[in-house]
Amino acid sequence: MAVVKLLGTWLSPYSCKVIWALKLKGIPYEYIEEDLSNKSPMLLQYNPVHKKIPVLVHDGKPICESTVILRYIEETWPQNPLLPIDPYERAVALFWIKYADDKNPLIPKLYRTTGEELEQAAKECSEILETIEEHGLIEGKKFFGGDEINMVDISFCLVAHWLGVFEEIAGLKVFEPHKFPKLNSWAQNFKSVPVIKENLPDADKIFAVLKHRRETLLAPKPN
Amino acid sequence: MEGGVVLLDFWASMFGMRVRIALAEKEIKYEYREQDLRNKSDLLLQMNPVHKKIPVLIHNGKPICESLVQVQYIDEVWHDKAPLLPADPYKRATARFWADFVDKKMYDSGSKIWKTKGEEQEAAKKEFIENLKLLEGELGDNLYFGGEGFGYVDVALVPFYCWFYAYEQCGGFSIEAECPKLIAWVKRCMQKESVAKSLADPEKVYEFVLHLKKAYGIE
Repeated sequence: MAVVKLLGTWLSPYSCKVIWALKLKGIPYEYIEEDLSNKSPMLLQYNPVHKKIPVLVHDGKPICESTVILRYIEETWPQNPLLPIDPYERAVALFWIKYADDKNPLIPKLYRTTGEELEQAAKECSEILETIEEHGLIEGKKFFGGDEINMVDISFCLVAHWLGVFEEIAGLKVFEPHKFPKLNSWAQNFKSVPVIKENLPDADKIFAVLKHRRETLLAPKPN
Repeated sequence: MEGGVVLLDFWASMFGMRVRIALAEKEIKYEYREQDLRNKSDLLLQMNPVHKKIPVLIHNGKPICESLVQVQYIDEVWHDKAPLLPADPYKRATARFWADFVDKKMYDSGSKIWKTKGEEQEAAKKEFIENLKLLEGELGDNLYFGGEGFGYVDVALVPFYCWFYAYEQCGGFSIEAECPKLIAWVKRCMQKESVAKSLADPEKVYEFVLHLKKAYGIE
């Protein structure tokens, strides 16, 4: 019986964040794919408040919310640390993780909207990228924390991978490499890390699912 | 000696109050600097260039932003007194989950109560009470969210209490009638000096909300 279980979905960035943390620390786990259109009794029991994935179950006890899960993993399995040890550096990292958590839900609006709403979504997305470019990334550093990836990099995974898929579906480009050179470098570095590279859901597969989702969302409703 | 601590804050901010409570719990001496949010100081803009918001905690000249990040920082640096987060990782995860819940749900649903009217306001009141009831459920029969002792979730939530009177007046309802256990918990927290001296006067908050409503052109 697995001591660590993860309830997730293959295309969710929030689910991937947990997978990467577990793999970076070499923690064996059992993965359970959830069907969100038909949530399992286990999911509803383990996350009654939000009814969402990911949920980590350790020795039968559930932990919910991806960032809360990541911090729990960090404290329970301290090898290959994903947060700085110095309290000030850690506070800076946590600031950016919160920024990512607050802004991530805005980015998928790119594939879910049209017209004025889409224009607004693109503008918001651009502002997010500008902020990270100007204030979050330091010239010459491979990742947010230095030479190794950490929880901040993981938290910005939507920008590194999913954003490209949303842009394709929407037919517009927000993340232009020449406009955001540091962010572009960072995204390439991030996706090259072996654990990330080997555990990134296929962009074409995500595209197919989300394109269909968009069509369903935007289909004219019967009167 | 841990060095100078400065707090850039606004008297009515529930987020600022979280930090004031944490600093008081740890008996940390600090300089409080009231900010004019309509005319933001150079210092504020320099210390929080991303959000340009209070509270900002400055320790040894270096800024820390986001109230819960500040509370965690204070808890880590001044770890020998009045710990706010429990030692056990699972209990810490539970505390973080509920503090995150407070962050995600309380401010928005509370704001909508004084910013809207009619059906929108009724929906906001309903959501607000539902969220408080979930929190009541989590509290259970414990003295505090932290269990026996006052802790992280208590710090995250209790500042909202000084805005309850304003919500009640604007929304025409009684929070105590709907959530008596939660109000009992509030009263318990208010017995603590760190909480009592950090929270704003509910009457003054209500006056401030009326002033904001006028400024925003809300009836």
